[in-house]
Amino acid sequence: MVKLTIDGKNVTVAEGTTILNAARSVGIKIPTLCYLKDINEIGACRVCIVEILGNENLCAACNTQAEDGMQVLTNSPRVREARRINIELILSTHNTNCTSCVRNGNCTLQSLCQDLNITDIPFEVSYRKKNWDKNQPLIRDREKCIKCMRCVSFCEKIQSLGVWDVLGTGPRTTVGLRGTRNLNDANCTLCGQCITHCPVGALHERDDTQKVLDAIANPDKIVIAQVAPAVRSAWGADAGLDEHLATVGRMVTALKGLGFDYVFDTDFAADLTIMEEGSELLERLQHKENYHWPMFTSCCPGWVRFLKYEFPEFMPNLSSAKSPQQMFGAIAKTWFAKQLNVEPEQICCVSIMPCVSKKYEADVPQVSDTKAKKDVDIVLTTRETSRMLRSSGICLEELGESSFDEPLGLGTGAGVIFGTTGGVMEAALRSAHYLVTGQNPHPDAFSMVRGMEGWKERIVQVGDVSLKIAVASGLGNARKLLHAIQSNKAQYDFVEIMACPGGCAGGGGQPITDGKELAAERGEALRHLDANASIRFSHENPFIGQLYEQFLEKPLSHQSHELLHTNQSEWDI
Amino acid sequence: MNRLQITCPDGIQKTMDMLYEDLAHRNAAAPEGNCPVEQTAALVKVCLSQSCGKCVPCRIGLDQMTKLMEKILDGFASMDDLVMLERTAKTVMDSSDCAIGAEAGRSVLACLEGAKDDFLTHIKEHHCTAEFQPVPCRRACPAHVDIPGYIALVKEGHFEDAVRLIRKDNPFPSSCALVCEHPCEERCRRSILDDAINIRGIKRVAVDCAGHVPAPECAPDTQKKVAIIGAGPSGLTAAYFLRLMGHSVTVYEQREKTGGMLRYGIPRYRLPDKYLDEDINVILSTGVELHTNTRIGETITLTELREKFDAVYISIGAHSYKNLGVDGQEAKGILSAVDLLRGIGDGNVPDFSGKNIVVVGGGNVAMDVTRTAKRLGANTVKCVYRRRKVDMTAQVEEVEGAIAEGCDIVPLMAPVRVETDENGYAIALIVQPQIPGEYANGRPKPVNANRPQERIPCDIIIGAIGQAIDSDGFMEEGVPTKWAKILSDKFCKIEGMEGVFAGGDCASGPSTAIRAIEAGKTAAGNIDTYLGFHSTLPKPPEVPKATHQARGAMGRINMVERTPSDRNDDFDIMEIGMTEEEARHECSRCLRCDHYGYGGFRGGREERWTKW
Repeated sequence: MVKLTIDGKNVTVAEGTTILNAARSVGIKIPTLCYLKDINEIGACRVCIVEILGNENLCAACNTQAEDGMQVLTNSPRVREARRINIELILSTHNTNCTSCVRNGNCTLQSLCQDLNITDIPFEVSYRKKNWDKNQPLIRDREKCIKCMRCVSFCEKIQSLGVWDVLGTGPRTTVGLRGTRNLNDANCTLCGQCITHCPVGALHERDDTQKVLDAIANPDKIVIAQVAPAVRSAWGADAGLDEHLATVGRMVTALKGLGFDYVFDTDFAADLTIMEEGSELLERLQHKENYHWPMFTSCCPGWVRFLKYEFPEFMPNLSSAKSPQQMFGAIAKTWFAKQLNVEPEQICCVSIMPCVSKKYEADVPQVSDTKAKKDVDIVLTTRETSRMLRSSGICLEELGESSFDEPLGLGTGAGVIFGTTGGVMEAALRSAHYLVTGQNPHPDAFSMVRGMEGWKERIVQVGDVSLKIAVASGLGNARKLLHAIQSNKAQYDFVEIMACPGGCAGGGGQPITDGKELAAERGEALRHLDANASIRFSHENPFIGQLYEQFLEKPLSHQSHELLHTNQSEWDI
Repeated sequence: MNRLQITCPDGIQKTMDMLYEDLAHRNAAAPEGNCPVEQTAALVKVCLSQSCGKCVPCRIGLDQMTKLMEKILDGFASMDDLVMLERTAKTVMDSSDCAIGAEAGRSVLACLEGAKDDFLTHIKEHHCTAEFQPVPCRRACPAHVDIPGYIALVKEGHFEDAVRLIRKDNPFPSSCALVCEHPCEERCRRSILDDAINIRGIKRVAVDCAGHVPAPECAPDTQKKVAIIGAGPSGLTAAYFLRLMGHSVTVYEQREKTGGMLRYGIPRYRLPDKYLDEDINVILSTGVELHTNTRIGETITLTELREKFDAVYISIGAHSYKNLGVDGQEAKGILSAVDLLRGIGDGNVPDFSGKNIVVVGGGNVAMDVTRTAKRLGANTVKCVYRRRKVDMTAQVEEVEGAIAEGCDIVPLMAPVRVETDENGYAIALIVQPQIPGEYANGRPKPVNANRPQERIPCDIIIGAIGQAIDSDGFMEEGVPTKWAKILSDKFCKIEGMEGVFAGGDCASGPSTAIRAIEAGKTAAGNIDTYLGFHSTLPKPPEVPKATHQARGAMGRINMVERTPSDRNDDFDIMEIGMTEEEARHECSRCLRCDHYGYGGFRGGREERWTKW
């Protein structure tokens, strides 16, 4: 332990603790900007600087260790002056057009300026512009980038990708794509984690809200929404809604208020995915020699892109089942269109996702199989949806609760946990158990696959079959897992991978709360919904039964293969 | 009225002088991997700030050149702009009235030539090829030893771990602690504020205090066999790393003892056997099979080795010598430095008592034999060199050390012929005085002065004008050579000879120990890959986290030697190591570039070997 004083307070902390954390332990908040706990502790912005008595120069609190006998001042005149000037310097190279910035009101730089009473920029302001293809799902705004390097560090250390790099030296130093000028050549999975870890508005998703509003305004269109499981755990955050008011029912009412003709639940399609993917797993197990092992889940397009770019040899291991988003689109524009007695093109299918990569997936030409041009027309992130709600003047607090519409709005507890790491695995095991034994397991029988560990491996018993399964989230963990398989250090039957740490609840399209990783908390909320759901098995979803009876016949049928399965190897990237 | 005044520096001039000194310090510590265009533009700006403004090319030309380079840097320039920059630079060089402008133009032209690719990338790709190097010492060390890491360990008193950390990249910590030319110190960031860290001195403390540190365990046997020719620093480095990776290694050495030039080229007063043996014993303890007194081509041929082994590494060094190239060079009493030092390495110590010795040459080897001759009892030792003393390639401390020990440096004298007595013994070296002429390759070329030849009487002449490589035998077996150097690429591979690698002095020409070690390490890594492996080495020790920086200027602790009169007649170790107190002081000066600055973001520490 080391003993020091911070602003006159006695502090005792473990050796190796940074001054920043030592200060936080006694309630002293040192402002930070480039700091990202454990990931980007690089002392670049010089906002967290503190004075150590007797030391010639000021130190960054985020990467200086507390030492015995140190006397630290976090708010001395010297510190205040340097902190102010440094922020003013950052502002001099930043487009401070806050009013029209996507992060207006949720910007770390903005709140720093407010907190530190910075009301003027004494330097000449100039920033460099650079064109970026605005049709890409991921957009970088060079004028806003403050070179905090968080995106570089996160992509490199957590996602093991290194899409972003520091380019150049000196005053022209900037962040850009590593070794290329084209996002599609950069092996970017579009996971969007760089967006959710950007302190300012330098990275954001393509805004597709106007397309949705146009569709709603078009009287010839039937506009339907599907809402992904993880969205419900976070939708209220950006809309300024108290957590206890941000219920699923209120979300449905709000979306209806926007003018959607039907508000459906991607959970329904998640149940359908379980039927198809679970059956596929059993089929593969019965004809083991015909398949590559292990089988990988395929519902995360970030993960699919990752495999396509980095480990193409593993593509045959992917389940051929489409993701719930795409299954939903396929069913909406066939079975449901038939029910409405309309042509598929008349339906505009909007999906609301915690994800940036889903924008890519919906645009992949090879994924759409109905007569319509695209099975899913428009993808919005949770953040875009919140912005659309705010812009439409709906008073969310005063809304009542509504249910999802039928038939595509009924989802089970198994479907809802798709939104958190391990959820797809657990849902699949529940139904696989039924398919193998003819009996339901206890709904919590497979709870051992839960938890926030980045890479879990378990042996589970499904009837008399013993399966070795693994669950990983975050692409750095996925890479380690694949390396282990390649070098025969690990062998599995079935593996669930989600590109974002913690799964979709921590997705790149979710509301941003700088400095907090909320995947675990949001995942818990989804688990809670599952625990309280009246149906907790995908195969018990009555509308899934109806769908097979009336339309698909059975899992893996010809019709299912036509509409619900795909060959990801053929996807354009 | 006063007609004249004496000049005394005023406050402004003093400040300016300080500024120029700061600039010099900063340039000395310029980190590698900066943008060449940015640096060229900065240089022109400095030149422009020194322009009086009288003449057009300098006043306006340099300014326009700056603007063109800014445009290139901003990514808006075309190829026409580059042409304009070149034409302007030429005109500034050709037509400026004084050196202030002309030399600026020359510098820019040199940059346009030398960093052409970078200028072009800026224009065509709109970005820079530069990759900033965060840790200058580790970058500059050919073996890329984790220097801030071991300095931090020494500071904490973890000497054994410091040795282990050094060995991750260089299995000769003890030898290098005494004889490394420490290129690591050249760009030490500390020299921005005072002087470079005494890195070699700290390494010596580490090895002296650590005592014997055993080698880590080798990886399980891979069933692959590698032959290494030559037990010098390069061959043994490769042997050490290949053994740790689990390959079996057989080393063939033509001499009786191992160590190569470290034993047969470096005098014991600089590197006692104890230090060299410590390194070699640890290397051999990993299970290296060693055959001494085995010359390839005699008992076993390269072709046979290639059949018997999965890979071969040739690291035979440069153990031949170049003749003086003057009339009378065959006279009795003329020795080569290589032969003299090799003989001493094998225990044949001659007696030079009362003799007058002339050494010819200006490199480190010349200094080694000069000082060795003194220790062998010579009456006088004169080192004759055809350039100026400042042009000597020997390290300054070696030259100063030799002078202090009572040897003479005779600069600007070119040997013409050897005068012999009736029995064919050398009795004098006839030399032609020189004056420095035009620059070639960074130093002035000596030319004959309009002065008569001089006669330097002597009993023995020792030639130390360069080493040569004895590669004929290998050439006969198909190894490609050029001017006796074995032709291998930067990966130590020999084109057209599958599985044969070469490196060290025999491929690079005579160079330093650390360069040979670099080649051995490179060869080991590439041989491992060639054999189909991606082996990793044992995990290095944890490095203590950086504490807060002390950035106040603080004096560097230089190495101290036994007094000249005390040391100049024995071969005991000459250098006195730092005390632990001095070591702590020196370690505390380290700026920890692995943690502060860019190193805190990335590249500060690489646990595994990476590509440089």
